[in-house]
Amino acid sequence: MLSIEDLHVSVGDRPILRGLSLEIRSGEVHALMGPNGSGKSTLASVLAGRDGYVVTGGRVTYLGRDLLAMAPEERAREGVFLAFQYPIEIPGVSNLYFLKAGVNAVRRHRGQPELDAMDFMKVARGHMRLVELDEALATRSVNQGFSGGEKKRNEMFQMAMLEPRLAVLDETDSGLDIDALRVVAGGVNALRSPERSMIVITHYQRLLEHIVPDVVHVFVDGRIVETGGRNLAERLEAEGYARYERAPGARAKAAP
Amino acid sequence: MTTPTVHELLETEYSAGFVTNVEEDRVPPGLSEEIIRLISAKKGEPAWLLDFRLAAYRHFLDIRDTEPTWAKVSYPRIDYDDIVYYSAPKSKADGPKRLEDVDPELLRTYEKLGIPLEERAALAGIAVDAVFDSVSVATTFKDKLASMGIIFCSFSEAVREHPELVREHLGSVVPTADNYFAALNSAVFTDGSFVYVPPGVRCPMELSTYFRINAAKTGQFERTLVIAAEGSYVSYLEGCTAPMRDENQLHAAVVELVALERAEIKYSTVQNWYPGDAEGRGGIYNFVTKRGRCAGFRSKISWTQVETGSAITWKYPSCILQGDESVGEFYSVALTRHRQQADTGTKMIHLGRGTRSTIVSKGISAGHGQNTYRGLVRFGPRAEGARNHTQCDSLLIGGDAGAHTVPYVDVRNDSSTVEHEATTSRISEDQLFYCRQRGLSAEDAVSLIVNGFCKEVLKELPMEFAVEAQKLLGLSLEGAVG
Repeated sequence: MLSIEDLHVSVGDRPILRGLSLEIRSGEVHALMGPNGSGKSTLASVLAGRDGYVVTGGRVTYLGRDLLAMAPEERAREGVFLAFQYPIEIPGVSNLYFLKAGVNAVRRHRGQPELDAMDFMKVARGHMRLVELDEALATRSVNQGFSGGEKKRNEMFQMAMLEPRLAVLDETDSGLDIDALRVVAGGVNALRSPERSMIVITHYQRLLEHIVPDVVHVFVDGRIVETGGRNLAERLEAEGYARYERAPGARAKAAP
Repeated sequence: MTTPTVHELLETEYSAGFVTNVEEDRVPPGLSEEIIRLISAKKGEPAWLLDFRLAAYRHFLDIRDTEPTWAKVSYPRIDYDDIVYYSAPKSKADGPKRLEDVDPELLRTYEKLGIPLEERAALAGIAVDAVFDSVSVATTFKDKLASMGIIFCSFSEAVREHPELVREHLGSVVPTADNYFAALNSAVFTDGSFVYVPPGVRCPMELSTYFRINAAKTGQFERTLVIAAEGSYVSYLEGCTAPMRDENQLHAAVVELVALERAEIKYSTVQNWYPGDAEGRGGIYNFVTKRGRCAGFRSKISWTQVETGSAITWKYPSCILQGDESVGEFYSVALTRHRQQADTGTKMIHLGRGTRSTIVSKGISAGHGQNTYRGLVRFGPRAEGARNHTQCDSLLIGGDAGAHTVPYVDVRNDSSTVEHEATTSRISEDQLFYCRQRGLSAEDAVSLIVNGFCKEVLKELPMEFAVEAQKLLGLSLEGAVG
């Protein structure tokens, strides 16, 4: 489904990703763990097509196509979803209206009939229950005045509505208390399917107690330094990232 | 995969730009007493109206060299002697009485603009007083309105058929000497619309007029007068587009509204005249005086405008709140892009006790557009307990646009309340990226954000107009963030 080969990405003159390779098959959930500043969020941004990143080498193939050549909206319509670490506020635009516009753009692209307001609401209600999103938030402006937990639930709600093939969850656990974490993880688990792949980016192991990954990657200084199964995450929890650091005492701190 | 630049996205062609080929009946260019007498004679006007024009003209001569400069707009000096002050489409008879009599070329023009006159009239139940250049060419639904005693006709017809009403109210809200452009208009206006709603009558349909400037170098000087008698209600829609032109065209309209005791007038405008090209060539100069007088107890006047066109917009639809407990409202969306300049706002003059006013202004600036809100709220000594709430929001798109807010407040009593809120925001890269990540194109994303920004104003528009306005905003602003 997704193949990243020797990817090099810079911001300005600073190289962030330095030869990243990653292969994800349909239905797999990959956890990407690493210290702050290791480039995890850069990878998420590059996959989604955010401006400001310069690809200096390598390639990314998504469903047989050159992902990096596609506009952000085209990627979204082709099924790439990014759950933002910091969801963006859009004053004056109703949350549901916004999402309906997105869902119908995706449906048009896929040759499916657009959903009218009634059908859309029917589907939306079900998904809002799934992530325990207060229905009152549906008609409020996009993310405006939402608590941290509500924003993350809203991301999961959008993910459910957009039915992506590849979902990238960028630190979706950050800022969540344990109850919210359980709800968000429950939503993610409900959306796991053989056709849907996920990249779960996280600093901490605790999210992976709820979303059990197929593969765990340790991500340090812009590349994957170790790949393993679920137990790798537990080991990281115990030992931290220090042993992977090129220079001792570099930016990264051990996880608590 | 790169985000299109603001520049690229704002390069959309003006979609209403075309010129209709219609024979014209026109007078030579220039402004003089002879021209004014000629216009008046061509229209067969009574002496009192010629006197009105001549008084205005004499005043204009006195102030001719003092064109106002206080607005935040700049443009080359206007040569008033280079303007043609009268132009009427020619037709076989003295004027078409039915749709079949209307020049088919003209009807096609409306169709291109998406305003099929006959359909609009029949399907939407709207009575359309279509102003093509300076003379009304079709008026519909007159019979139904007439049966209720409502008069809706061209200004010229009103002068012929209802001279006493026109004479009583013309210039009663905007006197001939009110301001530079009002003086000019009063001297040379050619036509416009007239509405009278008798006491206690609620006008059953939205009254609608479409203005269009077509003849090259013809300044258009519209004169509109709406009178709502005691306890009546009327909603009036005004929509405009103009074909593409290289030369600047002057437009100086005057609109006067009179709402008597407990009467309500709702006046909505969608203005989409040619804004000029990306370098600021061409475009309409729109210097308009719009004012309403809430003359009686609990009268209400509500202005709603969506201004997306014109190279220069100089326009302050205002309310004189004379009657006790009368209400004035002003809802505005002004959008400027390319080199457009808008200096617009309102004046709320509180004279009566317990009068209330609301001002909601949304300015959107893109490209090198300049957008100024200029508003005055005045509470006179008698306006005890009067209240105003003003909200001015500006939205910037790209790094070269400008937004300015110039509120004036003048309070002359101890018991009035005035509130003013203002915000300035910018469409951010993050917002655009977020929308695009959810599948929206950059154009749709901007349109979504802008429509969200304007929601409070758009909801004040009658339904079919709101849809048109939304489309217009999307069309005018296929822009992004720089």
